[in-house]
Amino acid sequence: MFDLERWQEIFETISKNKLRTFLTGLSVASGIFILVILLGIGQGMQNGIAKEFEQDASNMLSVWTNVTSKEYKGLNPGRQITLKNDDYTQTVNKYNDQLEYKSSVFRIWSGLINYKKESGNYRVEGVWPDLQFLENAKMTQGRFLNYRDIDNVEKVVVLGNKVKNDLFKNGEDVIGKYVQISDINFKVIGVFSDPGGERDESVVFLPISTAQMVFNGGNDLRRLAFTLPQRDNFEQALAESEKFSEELGAYLKEKHSVAPDDNRAITINNSLENTKRFYDLNKMIEMFFWGVGICTIIAGIVGVSNIMLIIVKERTKEIGIRKALGAQPLSIIGMILHESIFVTTISGFIGLIFSLALLEFVGPLIETEYIANPSVDFNVALTTVFILVLAGAIAGFFPAWRAARIKPIIALRDE
Amino acid sequence: MIEIKNLHKSYKMGTNSLHVLKGINFSVAEGELVSIMGSSGSGKSTLLNILGMLDEADEGSYTLDGLPIKNLNEKIAAQYRNKFLGFIFQSFNLISYKNALDNVGLPLYYQGIKHKERVEIAMSYLEKVGLADWAGHLPNELSGGQKQRVAIARALASNPKVLLADEPTGALDTKTSYEVMDLIQGINEEGRTILIVTHEHDIAEMTKRIVNLKDGVIIDDSKVNQVRALSNV
Repeated sequence: MFDLERWQEIFETISKNKLRTFLTGLSVASGIFILVILLGIGQGMQNGIAKEFEQDASNMLSVWTNVTSKEYKGLNPGRQITLKNDDYTQTVNKYNDQLEYKSSVFRIWSGLINYKKESGNYRVEGVWPDLQFLENAKMTQGRFLNYRDIDNVEKVVVLGNKVKNDLFKNGEDVIGKYVQISDINFKVIGVFSDPGGERDESVVFLPISTAQMVFNGGNDLRRLAFTLPQRDNFEQALAESEKFSEELGAYLKEKHSVAPDDNRAITINNSLENTKRFYDLNKMIEMFFWGVGICTIIAGIVGVSNIMLIIVKERTKEIGIRKALGAQPLSIIGMILHESIFVTTISGFIGLIFSLALLEFVGPLIETEYIANPSVDFNVALTTVFILVLAGAIAGFFPAWRAARIKPIIALRDE
Repeated sequence: MIEIKNLHKSYKMGTNSLHVLKGINFSVAEGELVSIMGSSGSGKSTLLNILGMLDEADEGSYTLDGLPIKNLNEKIAAQYRNKFLGFIFQSFNLISYKNALDNVGLPLYYQGIKHKERVEIAMSYLEKVGLADWAGHLPNELSGGQKQRVAIARALASNPKVLLADEPTGALDTKTSYEVMDLIQGINEEGRTILIVTHEHDIAEMTKRIVNLKDGVIIDDSKVNQVRALSNV
């Protein structure tokens, strides 16, 4: 391998047979190129989908109510079910050790908000302090609600980023200012942003106690939201949250005299199930791209093998001449393998470099919703290059071995 | 130099067996210039191939310069070919993508001689065959006679004991043939042993001894008065 004379011989052969070398190299380089680009796009799609799903805390459970759809215990269907404060407090008491964040939500229907001459309609919700984490809200100014606000029924408000931008046009300091919600003054204590974007930032939050009192909410709640503690093991987390949502559903349905299978009256949305769907989808995408990638590699191997067969066939006479002049079989095999490994390695790396460069420079420019930052694991790419080189070497070995065993007299025979 | 005793060779052609050499006894002394003649199918090329260790005999003994050539594996055969024999073919068999100089240097490469020395030796042999100015040319830029002279230079490059030529003039016109024969005669006069297979009488008469083969046996083996090739040009 480190025989300088051999290298000279190889370089001479390569430089005198440019077309042959180019074609071999092209098939290897394009195989690697296509594979890396494919894997990159696959990764990009996974990233894109992951981004779509990262808006809310991923192991969140939400409880909604609606009218009953089934007759139960003599009660007619079509009865409106409304969650009450004690649904929340009793659930929290009952499952306290299983829950991480919890909040009940009361929604005010007419959410007209004024500040000086600016006004707008927004979602107005009375919530608990934990909702900040349930919504993945990030405070950009001030603070979120705390338990003192709730205990003292403070008239304070936290604004979504969009609400702030709409109402405070000239960029003035918002903390401590008063906005009117349905003509009642609330003091702004904080501004938040939300990874969910504008829709999730067109919201203002009040302490739940204040909201229910000021807007005649009584005991009514719009929904409940919980998260369970994060688990490293996804399957375990999923099993826990499914178990919890089943128990909670049974408990609330029993409490409100709803048929146990009436999922319309009391709906529990388990975001982890969505996450599972997302995981499955991602796995599918990954498998698909690997499948395509492996097929590409196989096609590449077949291509390289074919070319090696043809090269050896074409060189049969030359091999015969070399043998007549005293070349030993091993040196013939060595020569052909050396050349093929050299060419496939170089062209494999050229394909690798081109595809990585393309991903590096063009990847970030791709701005569709479902592809984000396409990239590829360098080790994976490197491994594929070596697989292809190895395949080329093996594919080249057998015809070379056969050619080296052909008697020179047969190889030299004139057609 | 060459001792052959009771040499037999047959080829399997499907179910039939073709007996090509039927007991050849034959010896060549050092410095001889021998032509082997015979019509096609007489076994003359087979004999040459066996002498060149490109093929193996079924039966009989072959001694080259005191070395018994028997049951050689590929590796040893390659070594012996490289060290003892130089080949000249009818169709030249130059490597098409190598220039004249590199073609001549190839046997030296397989002797493990370094590039610089190889070039020097190859150049000196190219000079010897009168093609020093053509060293950088590829075979397809040379005429038939030039190609054969490059091939002769290549056969000489490893300084072999015996030159084996299989119809060296078969692809050349008469004038060029005689020029090549003149070169071969010159090399012989320097003391090298040369065997030529040919079916042309005029070529055979330019050697010192003619061995006539027919149907796998030697029917005639006689010294002749050598005709100088140059006188015919």
